[in-house]
Amino acid sequence: MTTATLALDISKIRADFPILQREVHPGVPLIYMDSAATSQKPSAVIEAMNDYYRSSNANVHRGIHTLAEEATASYEDARVRIGKFVNARSHREVIYTRNTTEALNIVTQSWGRANLSADDVVLLTEMEHHSNLVPWQMLAGEIGLRLEFIPVTDEGLLDLDEFANLLALKPKVVAFTHVSNVLGTINPVAEITARAHAAGALVVIDGAQAVPHMPVDVQELDIDFYAFSGHKMCGPTGIGILWGREVLLEAMPPFLGGGDMIKRVRLREFVTNSLPHKFEAGTPAIAECIGLGAAVDYLSAVGMDAIQAHEHEIISYALERLEEVPGLTVFGPSASEKGGAAAFTIDGVHPHDVAQILDRRGIAVRAGHHCAMPLHERFELVATARASFYMYNSTDEVDQLVEGLYEVKELFA
Amino acid sequence: MDDMYREVILDHYKNPRRRGTLDPADISYEDDNPLCGDRIRIDLQIDAEERIIDAAFSGQGCAISQASASMLMEEIVGKSLSDVKKLSKDYILDLLGIELGPVRLKCALLSLKVLKVGAYGVQEWVEEPD
Repeated sequence: MTTATLALDISKIRADFPILQREVHPGVPLIYMDSAATSQKPSAVIEAMNDYYRSSNANVHRGIHTLAEEATASYEDARVRIGKFVNARSHREVIYTRNTTEALNIVTQSWGRANLSADDVVLLTEMEHHSNLVPWQMLAGEIGLRLEFIPVTDEGLLDLDEFANLLALKPKVVAFTHVSNVLGTINPVAEITARAHAAGALVVIDGAQAVPHMPVDVQELDIDFYAFSGHKMCGPTGIGILWGREVLLEAMPPFLGGGDMIKRVRLREFVTNSLPHKFEAGTPAIAECIGLGAAVDYLSAVGMDAIQAHEHEIISYALERLEEVPGLTVFGPSASEKGGAAAFTIDGVHPHDVAQILDRRGIAVRAGHHCAMPLHERFELVATARASFYMYNSTDEVDQLVEGLYEVKELFA
Repeated sequence: MDDMYREVILDHYKNPRRRGTLDPADISYEDDNPLCGDRIRIDLQIDAEERIIDAAFSGQGCAISQASASMLMEEIVGKSLSDVKKLSKDYILDLLGIELGPVRLKCALLSLKVLKVGAYGVQEWVEEPD
């Protein structure tokens, strides 16, 4: 059924993901094209979490007994591997969070409160996910920040000329997404970062849609904070990462207070723990951390370059096929500047109806505003349908998507 | 499953009944489902006995939201506002003739929500847990 692309042996990859073997309706196999919302999980990840609960479940950093030692070792070893996966300088820079959203809230609530004040300019973009907008809006509401936005061009790219003008406002922070979850745009992070740094701004990146799909090297990008989620990169939900420069993290006040983030507690005061534990109050999502460790092992074994090359083949083919469908508009740049997500509309059909009809064929796409309402307003849309691809998608599946879209056209003709 | 796009629903979507606005209107109310972008406005003309003598809807959205609004408009003309108060979720589902999961239920019920809140105020609408 599936074809091998130049980059990956898809049949072999697909066999690693148990859920891809299921039928959505009787006789209708799953065609999963919603990986930008959450990716599917390979057996290696599911088994790593199972193994932890079956054989070494214990709380971390708290016990002397064997299980506690094993759990702590697995938990901390996963952190080291996750750090290496994005080329962190040290495990101390790798903070376990619940997800990208929580990671970005740590930046605004801890770094932001300590370092920003009224009328400081924070530069965001029109293509941000709500998770990189609302935390800044909340802080702005509390301390009176001035939020400015790099516009998005009609092609779905950041307007870098306008960015140059906005830098004249001397922003304290430039915060933006590495890859747009709607347009698929791969933003030139290193270039924007260099210019932001030259203007004296700190750079915060939402990497939720990048880390799963391409090699990411936080040192090479030279950014200051980078946030990503486990569940979009073959790992479980409930675990994400805030990577930050050690010198910044060291100077920041803690975010949540409680167990594990302290070195010493007296009745009226406490001394914070060292990095990374300073930002990890309470019993963490231990199995999820271990699961994310297994996920980065899996991704490394497949190869991030190969994954990126495969997705590029799929999105190039998908854009070509989607363009054939009359009345269909794809938003965002051409394949050369696009990751594996294609948001589109069909004239006269609401995206919910598109998604519902595709579901009858077992095809899972997302419909809505994809947590990017301002971006949809920018393109004067209320909603789009979005097909998003990963290493396990094939060109055959793209053909079936297009066939389904022709059925949509027919039903609503 | 295929029932969701059965002929009658697609017909109401493609050829909506009582689509438009009323001027003047005794009651005019609008709301949306921000999650999916469905938006519906309902205009009513009411006589001295609080009977609906004319009704129209406008807005945009998915087939389910627009078809249910179109069907509802056909049903309510001639009814009194107190009749409207009694209309339930199941009434709309009967009109549509389909079963819906929690996400699409919001689409289907938007017109009833707009109608009831328009006629009686926001306290008249309680999101049903299922």
